[in-house]
Amino acid sequence: MKILVCISHVPDTTSKINFTEGDTKFDTNGVQFVINPYDEFSLTRAMWFKEKQGASVTVVNVGNATTEPTLRKALAIGADGAIRVNTDATDGLSVAKQLAEVVKNGGYDLVLAGRESIDYNGGMVPGMLAALVDFNFVNGCVGMEVDGTSVTAVREIDGGNETLSTSLPLVIGGQKGIVEEKDLRIPNMRGIMMARKKPLNVVEPVSAEDATSIQSFEKPAPKGAVKLIDADNVDELINLLHNEAKVI
Amino acid sequence: MSVLVFADSTEGKFKKSAFEVVSYAKKVAEQLGSNVVAITINANNNEELYTYGAEKILSVTNDALSTFNAKKYASVIEQAASSVGASVVVLDSSIDTLHTAPLLAVALDAGYASNVVELPSSTAPFTVKRKAFSNKGFSNTVIATDNKIIGVAKNSYGVHENAVSGSTESFDAAIADSGVTSEKLERVTGKVTIADAEVVVSAGRGLKGPENWGMVEELADVLGAATACSKPVSDLGWRPHGEHVGQTGKPVASNLYIAIGISGAIQHLAGINASKVKVVINTDPEAPFFKAADYGIVGDAFEVVPKLIEKLKAFKQAS
Repeated sequence: MKILVCISHVPDTTSKINFTEGDTKFDTNGVQFVINPYDEFSLTRAMWFKEKQGASVTVVNVGNATTEPTLRKALAIGADGAIRVNTDATDGLSVAKQLAEVVKNGGYDLVLAGRESIDYNGGMVPGMLAALVDFNFVNGCVGMEVDGTSVTAVREIDGGNETLSTSLPLVIGGQKGIVEEKDLRIPNMRGIMMARKKPLNVVEPVSAEDATSIQSFEKPAPKGAVKLIDADNVDELINLLHNEAKVI
Repeated sequence: MSVLVFADSTEGKFKKSAFEVVSYAKKVAEQLGSNVVAITINANNNEELYTYGAEKILSVTNDALSTFNAKKYASVIEQAASSVGASVVVLDSSIDTLHTAPLLAVALDAGYASNVVELPSSTAPFTVKRKAFSNKGFSNTVIATDNKIIGVAKNSYGVHENAVSGSTESFDAAIADSGVTSEKLERVTGKVTIADAEVVVSAGRGLKGPENWGMVEELADVLGAATACSKPVSDLGWRPHGEHVGQTGKPVASNLYIAIGISGAIQHLAGINASKVKVVINTDPEAPFFKAADYGIVGDAFEVVPKLIEKLKAFKQAS
């Protein structure tokens, strides 16, 4: 089985978010970038398939050279090779078109991605990719097994789970549950050393116009101070929620 | 050039989000000098949508669509968009819709903006404000393509009545082969889900153990709320993963969010920023959550919550 794992290079979950250049650019100053957490769950599942069922695992990112440390981390975790599509990722549909080209050229059976990235939260790339390459698609995946070309996948629904049967070729939008957080891997020294020798191929993008662009960013309006209520006076809280906030 | 809106339903009944997206689509249609056409799938009371501005309803009734299927639903919505020449499609942001919309975007070669929180600030260029950075910011996004898809974030626009005299016609859509078959649905019944909840009662490690969740559930019962938890709590296995609220868990956009014994890590706050009113109960006055909260009680949850339950019961009985 040939597996491709799509990796987004995103600010660490603890990052404070700021904008620059008249609120038109994300301020990367002092921000640590990581593998998108949803992608990390999918990558770990791919490693499981590699080790238990035999599979090759390639990771791919659409981005400029600054994303390479994130791809190297994925190699250190155990991916066999990496591809960077050499263009800035600025729009979901154009990113999906770049990834579709990689999928078509690579003959992959299974594409694992995260259900969304934690920076732009578009939640669209896995589904768009599936549609572009005409693969089956399961989003919000919290469990999966592959038997030959048959796949059983579990996806989260509102208030529960749905078990689906499908088949390869397949695109998965994964999240926590596809593996558990305790099973995520931290690269060890041997992995880091080996990652240096693994191939990281840079490919040039195909022509794909952006469907969307970001005109500007905003931060949420600053919040007023909290109203503190005495612990012995919950009546006051009920009064405020009813008469002031009008939510009960 | 109609605005097409997908009004989602469960077991024939429209979700509240359906009324919200129809309300939203009506305003977009007014901005564009156009009309609203709604597409519904196996819904019973289509005429309910007239109240919110749907002038024409394309009603699909088909047993092959009795269970949600992303590819089939995308194909039906695409056919409806083509049939009425819609260049703007409006959807909600449910788990199912987030599964469907990207497939629809490719079919229509459309730019898609998800998590949209306001009406378009401009229609030329077509610009919408959407949530980004896990609720820590917004982006004003221009959709440049001829066809456009807007995913409205839950509870961001609200339900607004705008009654019109509409008409409903049945719509025969060809059903696509999907390659994905539903085998089993496991849904917790009789409980409010986080996605639908107007009120969410959430608790963290401050509760000390899963055995203490009884009072959280009782408080949720009194308020008709869903229960939720912080990430450490789901990691410890005290509560199911489906209740984990935060940056990598579920986002919450409720009217009221009550956080008990949750300190307020930045990732948790990212998941609840979209909630309108936040109440925090915590023993630690320095807990970061107090900075994000509207109302706070510094106190021991084991004393405050039972009192709150008792007083709320009395309040509910009296009102």
